[in-house]
Amino acid sequence: MAAVHFHNVTLGYDRHPAVHHLNGEVASGALVAVIGPNGAGKSTLLRGIVGILRPLDGSIHLGGLDSRDVAYLPQSVDIDRSFPISVFDFVGTGLWRDAGLFGGIGKVARGKILRAIGSVALNGFENRPIGTLSGGQMQRVLFARVLLQDARLIVLDEPFNAIDSKTTADLLALVKHWHGEGRTVLAALHDMEMVRAHFSQTLVLARGPVAWGPTAEVLTPENLMVAMRMCEAFDDSAAACAADDAPSRAA
Amino acid sequence: MVYDALIGPFTEFEFMRRALAAVIALSLAGAPIGVFLMLRRMSLVGDAMAHAILPGAAVGFLLSGLNLFAMTAGGLIAGFAVAILAGVVARATGLKEDASLATFYLASLALGVTIVSIKGTNIDLLHVLFGNILAMDDQTLLVVAFNATVTLLVLAVIYRPLVIESVDPLFLRTVSRAGGPAHLAFLALVVINLVNGFQALGTLLAVGLMILPAGIARFWSRDLTVMICIAVVAAAVSGYAGLVVSFQTRVPSGPAIILVASGLYIVSVLFGRVGGVVRQMFPGRHLEA
Repeated sequence: MAAVHFHNVTLGYDRHPAVHHLNGEVASGALVAVIGPNGAGKSTLLRGIVGILRPLDGSIHLGGLDSRDVAYLPQSVDIDRSFPISVFDFVGTGLWRDAGLFGGIGKVARGKILRAIGSVALNGFENRPIGTLSGGQMQRVLFARVLLQDARLIVLDEPFNAIDSKTTADLLALVKHWHGEGRTVLAALHDMEMVRAHFSQTLVLARGPVAWGPTAEVLTPENLMVAMRMCEAFDDSAAACAADDAPSRAA
Repeated sequence: MVYDALIGPFTEFEFMRRALAAVIALSLAGAPIGVFLMLRRMSLVGDAMAHAILPGAAVGFLLSGLNLFAMTAGGLIAGFAVAILAGVVARATGLKEDASLATFYLASLALGVTIVSIKGTNIDLLHVLFGNILAMDDQTLLVVAFNATVTLLVLAVIYRPLVIESVDPLFLRTVSRAGGPAHLAFLALVVINLVNGFQALGTLLAVGLMILPAGIARFWSRDLTVMICIAVVAAAVSGYAGLVVSFQTRVPSGPAIILVASGLYIVSVLFGRVGGVVRQMFPGRHLEA
């Protein structure tokens, strides 16, 4: 049972592909690291999975999950930190699936929110406006919200960027906890040590798939070299991709 | 003496009572909208929209004279047309929404002034541009109250997605499709309230009773709910004080109201608890943690 199924997916912007012809599937309950150099298309791929970006070609199937079963933590969150909202209310927005437009936030829900804040070790911060938090604290808040979303598929885009080791360890424990609960987790990462130690599956991406499989087999110096070289081939006057037509002709 | 100055005008004259009722209705609905405009960095969009409704109101004026009901309907149509056109042009061409809106509202303002001056006199033009809250009849007051009620109801419905969309639009997009409709409904509320204020304050100042109270509230609280309450109170107080000043000094009512609000704003900038100038100059000794 696959949680995510890629069928000849090409994702990009304004006809220029950032991820080219990706096939494959992510097993339900898998813990997958997506690695690759800057500009490899990691964020683009994740945006495609959560449905913010429509594929230029091919399709992505979420194995019966609808968009509410997906929790997404983007890399560059365009959160308006100056907006007057408390940590409690902000984390509480993770309950959208249950509460929706009008659902009340009752005693049970309040308890859930407090527990989520507690599990990222931010007790006592409930009434602080989000504008007063540090970068690491904000990341903890975002993880607490993902926690509340209670999603089957969790997509994290470089969640440990500019985060100190203590916070990283805490949040990584949360990720592994989600994995233990049988949720599917995809994370774009840069720290190879962390990937080797904690992620069973790895996708090496460089504008197209370089290698995909068990981390130990995939994370080789050769593959990383290949990925390095394949990156950043943006051409303003590129011709239409010929490979796009090939499969249909074969069929 | 004090009674004569502050309460007398309202017990004595019906038009003053109507004006007061109108200004309170405007405050209740317009100030919360203003707070969201400010927090979404759309303060000047409100201003632009205020100009955009002019040709619609002018056509209403051409068709049926100074009938505020017709002018309201015309204003609503023009406002929505400009908002939607500007939005469509921005989405379809990649021109930024503010630039696109600026073009449309300038064209709209020019068209409106042209239409008014074809038929009306300079007095009419003044009336349209600056309003006259003291000339409010029962029918107009009912329209104002009705619009205010609708505003508060709709705001209650879209409040949650509107807040989330303001803080973290990407998150809302991943969990719900309510963001787009909520934004459009909010724009509609902006137009409705501008048209509403239009009757009392005219096209040029209508937005004042929305934005100035919001600016005032920003200096007194970091909490959204409190901010909205402060904005409503500030708007109502400005409205009341403006009416009194206008009654005593013969200053036109619209400008008087906005001037009082500006006074409150200056006081807030200087002495506000949150980021006020004095507070920043003399912050007190730093805390322990």
